[in-house]
Amino acid sequence: MKLTLKIWRQENANAKGSMQTYSLDGVSPDMSFLEMMDVLNEQLMEQGIDPVAFDHDCREGICGSCSMFINGEAHGPDRLVTTCQLHMRKFKDGDTIHIEPFRAKPFPVIKDLVVDRTAFDRIQHAGGFVSVNTSGNTQDANAIPIEKADADKAFDAATCIGCGACVATCKNASAMLFVSAKVSQYALLPQGQVEATDRVMNMVSQMDEEGFGNCTNTGACEVECPKGISLENIARMNREYLSANVKG
Amino acid sequence: MALSGLFLMVFLLQHFAINITSVFSETIFNQFSHFMGTNALVQFVLQPILIFGVIFHFVMGFVLDIQNRRARGTRYAVYKGNANASWVSRNMLISGGTVLAFLVLHFYDFWVPEMNYKYIEFLPEDPNRYYEELVHKFEDLTRVILYVISFFFLALHLSHGFSSAFQSMGLNNKYTVALKSIGKVYAIGIPAGFAFIAIFHFLNH
Repeated sequence: MKLTLKIWRQENANAKGSMQTYSLDGVSPDMSFLEMMDVLNEQLMEQGIDPVAFDHDCREGICGSCSMFINGEAHGPDRLVTTCQLHMRKFKDGDTIHIEPFRAKPFPVIKDLVVDRTAFDRIQHAGGFVSVNTSGNTQDANAIPIEKADADKAFDAATCIGCGACVATCKNASAMLFVSAKVSQYALLPQGQVEATDRVMNMVSQMDEEGFGNCTNTGACEVECPKGISLENIARMNREYLSANVKG
Repeated sequence: MALSGLFLMVFLLQHFAINITSVFSETIFNQFSHFMGTNALVQFVLQPILIFGVIFHFVMGFVLDIQNRRARGTRYAVYKGNANASWVSRNMLISGGTVLAFLVLHFYDFWVPEMNYKYIEFLPEDPNRYYEELVHKFEDLTRVILYVISFFFLALHLSHGFSSAFQSMGLNNKYTVALKSIGKVYAIGIPAGFAFIAIFHFLNH
């Protein structure tokens, strides 16, 4: 396959970026998108050009590192996959592919396609945990009976890898799907009840402080989420938030 | 937004329920209109709440849109919005803005003359004037066309707004599918009904 790649290049966080065009030949349809980027970078280095910086780690869809906005969609045109699981067979010989970083004010570009997603870490630190005594007397979580339906929903919410595709794809750059998944995974379990009020209040407050946009329920986040996190979680978080406000 | 939207949808239903009587009975329409136009609770409590609700809804709409545009920062070179969300859900500002422009015309047509009649010129009460006033307005083809276009945009706005309001209020469960169906019926039925009333009176004048 021969491809034309239009890629966002930006020297550093303060530099002005722009889309640059590169030609790449000999791309196998069996390559993953990141392997194709590796081949491009080999070619660029041979030409004495700075390789394209992009985030990647596990390359098996579980770490949430890769973060490209490909042809107008987070993680590209495939569904329920991250960029590392996207294969070049999804494209055709002669295609032009636009590759941009995830765009959101709370996700500033560090270099090229690498963005700073520590805003998500700060939201997690605000309440996305259960406080337990880890001195050796911690109760076995499996000793607490949990209804299967609730356990399943909690696990579904917990599959969120925090990649930020929801923010990148939402026309409002809203982080509601991510935050709601992190709130839901505890809201559905007995272990999460003690800190439920503080958790939702603090996490939503931190989300707003980071400057993410508002949810207008377009549902784009659910469609583009590589883990299929459901909009039900946003409704659940809204309920938790309303309830927390009533309780004070 | 969700609360004010739900409130406005209840109002719209009530407004339609009264207006549709004009198609069947001049007397009933006049009775309802006279009650609504002279009842102190409606005039001095519910009407100000309604006006506040309308203003709150569109001001919040604009404020949220500004916040959302700021949250994006740099725009994408390529953004395929139609790949994952409907046009209606992504363009509530366009459908809502059209409805807002319609409201200006609608207030100019009915609300301003009504306020002038009752509270500026202090004209004598006439329980039988409402039907004639309504029919007279819809003698004008341009107005009927503008109203029908506005009702089309209202239908678009409601088709997303109805279910979106419930989702924002935290309601997404086994009843959501049924609720979405009710929303579609409401979003098409109410604006289509209003358009029917306007066309009916135009054709029968």
